[in-house]
Amino acid sequence: MTDSPDPVVDPDDGDAGGAVATEPHNPIAGVFDGVEHTSGVAKPDPILKAKGVTRRFGGLVAVDVDELEIQRGAITALIGPNGAGKTTFFNLLTGFDSPDSGHVELNGQSIDGVASHKLAARGMVRTFQLTKALSRLTVLQNMMLGAKDQGGENLLRALVSPLWRQREQEVEAQARALLDRFNLTHMTDQFAGTLSGGQRKLVEMARSLMTEPELVMLDEPMAGVNPALTQSLLGHVKQLRAEGRTVIFVEHDMDVVQDISDWVVVMAEGRIIAEGPPGSIAENQQVVDAYLGSSHGTELDFDSVQDLEAADDGDAGEADGQTDQEATDG
Amino acid sequence: MLLAIDWDIIFTQIFSQAFGTQAMVFALAAIGLNIHYGYTGLLNFGQVGFMAAGAYGVGMSVLWLDIGFWAGLLVGILYCLGLALILGIPTLRLRADYLAITTIAASETIRLFVRWRGNRERTGAAEGINDFADPFFELRDDLGILQRSGSVPYEFLGVFEYRADDLWVMLVGWSVVGLCLLLTWQLMRSPWGRVLKAIREDEDAARALGKNAYAYKLQALALGGVVGGLAGMLQAIDKQSVQPDTYNPVITFMIWTVLIIGGAARVWSPVVGAMIFWGLISGLEALMRELIDSSLDDVLAQFLNLDVQNVSQVRFMVFGLVLMLLMRYRPQGIFGSREEMALDDR
Repeated sequence: MTDSPDPVVDPDDGDAGGAVATEPHNPIAGVFDGVEHTSGVAKPDPILKAKGVTRRFGGLVAVDVDELEIQRGAITALIGPNGAGKTTFFNLLTGFDSPDSGHVELNGQSIDGVASHKLAARGMVRTFQLTKALSRLTVLQNMMLGAKDQGGENLLRALVSPLWRQREQEVEAQARALLDRFNLTHMTDQFAGTLSGGQRKLVEMARSLMTEPELVMLDEPMAGVNPALTQSLLGHVKQLRAEGRTVIFVEHDMDVVQDISDWVVVMAEGRIIAEGPPGSIAENQQVVDAYLGSSHGTELDFDSVQDLEAADDGDAGEADGQTDQEATDG
Repeated sequence: MLLAIDWDIIFTQIFSQAFGTQAMVFALAAIGLNIHYGYTGLLNFGQVGFMAAGAYGVGMSVLWLDIGFWAGLLVGILYCLGLALILGIPTLRLRADYLAITTIAASETIRLFVRWRGNRERTGAAEGINDFADPFFELRDDLGILQRSGSVPYEFLGVFEYRADDLWVMLVGWSVVGLCLLLTWQLMRSPWGRVLKAIREDEDAARALGKNAYAYKLQALALGGVVGGLAGMLQAIDKQSVQPDTYNPVITFMIWTVLIIGGAARVWSPVVGAMIFWGLISGLEALMRELIDSSLDDVLAQFLNLDVQNVSQVRFMVFGLVLMLLMRYRPQGIFGSREEMALDDR
């Protein structure tokens, strides 16, 4: 089996969701070699460009991204502490929310104000942090929904079966092939609502591939997935890259990020604070500060605590010191 | 002591009403609601508004526009499409509850508006519009069928008993029901129906996969609304009258009851739900009237305050009890699947 060039799945390994046994080929290895490790840096061949994108909720600036380019064909991780604005930024890029200012380009064409449903036709598809399996549709129906160019989705054409039956058969074949690849064949006719959390993640990822996307945006694909299935999901994400697709994913787990990403973008408080290959990120002082608080690792001395207490009693202008104190306590 | 109850009368009531004009009208209205709620997840609490739109479309065409009955059928459909757009365009981008609030308010607004004295020349105000459907019954005369006078009913199979006029409306009406069932069946097995069901489950997922959820919801609202409008037209034709107070919110809730009895998102459930609803309601009434006529009348009057005057109210109370038991022991309705219902994790 290991000789096979295709991703090999173990048919008996039901819940693991089809681990990819061989390491998929990385067609873009080395593309980031000449790219500087600074935020907002230009990429050799960007598929997605965001410029000056901001989003405010009342007084809170949730997203304020000056410049971001996403390299075509690479796996880019978007990381950051809770509340950094990752999912909001995701929603802005995918048309599920509108920015207060800024521009986004997909393949060199502006997608500002383009409705979310039109982006699928342009090659962009997304998944959701809270998995959206369509519970009372079977897994197969879930998959077939994703298909492009099904004329029978038009109300009048739907009335005449011969107009869409042929395409429906093609779509079904495509869906079954993908279910096979994700090792979900035994689930084909079950309601998606009966699946476990990890299986739903797999169905959602497989379903998104029905749109034959160039750019796959995964919002926390590993959240709530057991470790065995995580490995299999990672394999599938690498497989997307091997097929020449671009992947952007939001993630918390640094191990996952280290394992699969070619490039990492770090967000904190709505801004992009660092960019670079995964190895460089862990050593980046700004990233460490954002995750752990800026006084992490420094000795705490008695004098500074006294200063802080004094500040606490006095004016509120010393709020910075307080934050540091709390972060150190944590 | 044997009760002297005439079971023949009760069964004739049950079966005649289960297949009668009321059941036909409610089945049709519930087919529309099934497209809204069962398949698309739209909470339409104003289905009676679509019935009114259909009925007044015909009535006003005869009384005011003076373009005749047959053209009026088309106007009725246009009214329903217009109502769907007015309701849907502002609310379908919002969360599901907004449509619910808007539809219930709109159906009441329609009733009060057509009732308004200022509309006397257009809608007949509180008196409504009467005897506008003569061409419909003349068509039957032209065909030379069902010619008995109203006082001599048609009887068959021992349990069915209908006036000739009703039978003519039923013949046309159940055919319309049949066509609408066929339409629902075809659409819901098509890719179009799959998108509707996906929107019912999760609108955002459908949008992420490239489906214009808003447009689909608007189409579903309009289609189900037109089917509801056909129900309103047939009801008005049967009575030869359009009265504003026919279209009160209670009718909407009866239509919901019909759909829930049958089970949402099943092609046949509106029909079976309507038959059970009207069969049971009429059967209960007939049974209670028989009991009052029997030797039990004193007991009933003394302990339950049940007499001929309040039978028609009490039948709904008993029906409410039946509905509660149904919800407790079979919440998925006749055709629904409990397993499927349990998956509803919205």
